[in-house]
Amino acid sequence: MGSIKKKTGLYYIVNTVLVALLFVILLVLINTGVINRYNTQILTFVCINIILAVSLNLVTGILGQLVLGHAGFMLVGAYASALFTKNIGLPLSVSFPISLMLGGLLAAAFGVIIGIPALRLKGDYLAIITLGFGEIIRVVSYNLEITNGAKALDGIKSLSSRQNPSPMFIYGYLTAAVIIVLLFTFGRSRHGRAVISIREDEIAAEAMGVNTVYYKLFAFVFAAFLAGIAGGLFAHNYGTIDPAKFDFNRSVEILIMVVLGGMGSITGSVISAGALTILSEKLREFSQYRMILYAVILILVMLFKPSGLMGRYEISIPGLMHRLVRKIRDRKKVAKTGEA
Amino acid sequence: MDFLKHIINGLGLGSIYALVALGYSMVYGIVQLINFAHGDIIMVGGYTLYVVMASLGLPLWVAVPASILLCALVGMIIERVAYQRLLVHNAARISLLITAMGVSIFLQNSFMLMFGSAPKHISVFPSQLIRLGSLEMDSSTAINIVVSVMMMAALQILVNKSKIGKAMKATSEDSGAAKLMGINTYKVIAFTFALGSAMAAVGAILYCNTYPQIKPDMGNLLGLKAFVAAVLGGIGSIPGAMLGGYILGVAESLTMAYISTTLTDAVVFGILILMLSVKPSGLMGKNRKEKV
Repeated sequence: MGSIKKKTGLYYIVNTVLVALLFVILLVLINTGVINRYNTQILTFVCINIILAVSLNLVTGILGQLVLGHAGFMLVGAYASALFTKNIGLPLSVSFPISLMLGGLLAAAFGVIIGIPALRLKGDYLAIITLGFGEIIRVVSYNLEITNGAKALDGIKSLSSRQNPSPMFIYGYLTAAVIIVLLFTFGRSRHGRAVISIREDEIAAEAMGVNTVYYKLFAFVFAAFLAGIAGGLFAHNYGTIDPAKFDFNRSVEILIMVVLGGMGSITGSVISAGALTILSEKLREFSQYRMILYAVILILVMLFKPSGLMGRYEISIPGLMHRLVRKIRDRKKVAKTGEA
Repeated sequence: MDFLKHIINGLGLGSIYALVALGYSMVYGIVQLINFAHGDIIMVGGYTLYVVMASLGLPLWVAVPASILLCALVGMIIERVAYQRLLVHNAARISLLITAMGVSIFLQNSFMLMFGSAPKHISVFPSQLIRLGSLEMDSSTAINIVVSVMMMAALQILVNKSKIGKAMKATSEDSGAAKLMGINTYKVIAFTFALGSAMAAVGAILYCNTYPQIKPDMGNLLGLKAFVAAVLGGIGSIPGAMLGGYILGVAESLTMAYISTTLTDAVVFGILILMLSVKPSGLMGKNRKEKV
C-alpha cells in the first residue's frame, strides 16, 4: 500500500511540473510574439474545447449516456457571463472570473431542470431528449430580447489586448488544467466509482445500493456546469456570440472529439480536442472536405474500434518514464547475472 | 372557419412528417437504431427530383420512380456499409447512434459539395386553390393528405399480409427466434431500410410539393421532427407514426397561426419532452418491461 501511495505522489509531482513547464513555455512564446495574436486565440480555443470535451466525456464516457445537447449549456454560460460583464460596471479583471462562475452555475441550473425529466430515459431516448432541449434553448434565445435575438451579441470585452496578449490564454489554460485534475480525482473517488458502476450495469449498481438517480444527475449537472464555464470563456475570447454558434453541429463536434479520443479516456479527449481544433482552424478553406473527412473517420472508428482511438486507456508520462526506467534496470540486472 | 383551415393545413404538413416517421419507426422496430441519416434520405430524394426534372428536363412520372428507387438503394447501401458490421457484432447502441450521425454528416456535406449550399427551386405539381363549400385549401395540401393515407394503407397491407411483411414483424418481435424459424434476418433488415427510404422519398416529393425549395441541410430539422412524430405515436407502430405525424403537423400549424411563427420548433420539442416524461412508449406503442 505504502509504495503505491508513494508512487502516485511522485506521479502527481511529475505531472504538475510538466503542466507548469508547458504553461511557462507557451506563455513565453506568446509574450515574445513568437506565437501571434491569432494563434494565441486559437490556443485559447483549444483550452475551451478541451474543457468541453472532458466535460462531455464525464457524461458519455464515464457515465455512459449519450448526450446531444452540450452546446445548449455552453450557450447559457456564454450569454450569462457576457451579459454580466457587459452590464455590471465592474473592472473586467474582477467581473470576468465572477461571470465565468455565474455562467457555470446558470448552466448547472439548466442542467438540473433538464436532467430530472431527461435522465429517467436511457440510450437513444436520452440522446434525443437532450437534443430537443438543446434546440429549445437555442430557439428561445433567438426570440428573447435580452439575448439580442437572432442578431449577434457583440462588444464583449476581452482581457487580452495588443499590448498584453496573454490573459485570456492564462485563464483558459489554468481553468482547463484545474478541471482535468478535478475529473481525474473524481474518477478515482468513491463517487466516481459509483458513476462508473452505472455505466457498467445500471441494474447491478442499483442492487449494490448505488443511488443511481442521484449520481446520474450529479454527473450530468457537473458536466453542464463545466460547459457553462467553457461558454463564458468562448464569449470573451471572441467578443461576439449569436445562437447559431451553439447549434446541433457544435454539439456533434464536441461529441466527435470525445469519441475519437476514446470514451472514458480523459487524456484521449484532451489530445483529440487539441488536434481537431488546430486542424479545423488550419483547414478552414477546406471546411466541406473537412466535415466529410470527419464523417468518414467517425464511421471507420465506430466500425473497427468502437471504444475510440484510445479506448479507456490514459496516457501518463510519469508512467511511461517509470516503465522505461524499470526496463533499463531489468536489462542491467540480466547483464550482471550473465557476468556472474 | 379559419381554425378549420389551419387544421387542414396542419394535416397537409403532418402528412410529410408521417411518411418520414414511418421509416424511422420501421427501422427502429427491427434494429433498435435511430437512423439519423433518415432525414438526409429525404434530401437525397429532393435532389434526385431536382436533377431529373430541372437539369435533365424529364417529366414528373420519370422523376418520381427515379427518386424512390434511388432512395431505396441509398438506404440499402447505408445499411450494408455503415451498420451491418455493428449489427452482426451486436455492438453497443451508442456506437450505432454515432455511426448514424457520421452517415448523416457525410451525406449532407457531400451534397453541399456537389450542389452548393444555396437553396434550389423546384416545383412538382402546379398549385391550385380548391373550394369545398366555403372551405378553401391549396391543391398541394389535398395531394399530401391523399397520398399519405394511401401509402399507409399500402404499407399496412404489405406488413400484415405479405410474406416479407410477416418476416419483418417476426424479426422485430424476436430476431433470434426469427432466425431459428429460417428467416434470413439480414435480408429482412435490408428490405426494411429500403422500404423506409422509399417512404422518405415519397415524403420528399410531398415536401417539394409544399415548399418548392431544397437545401443540403433540409433533412436535419425535418428528420428530427419526423422522429418526434414517431416517438409521439409509439415507435414501432405504423398507425402510430401516422397519427404522430398528423398531430405534430396540426400542432405546428396552430402554433404558427396563434402563437408565434418562430417558436414552432420549441413547441415540437416541448411535445416530445412532455410525451417522453409522461408515456415514453408513445400513444399507440407497446410497453416493454425491462428484464434483468
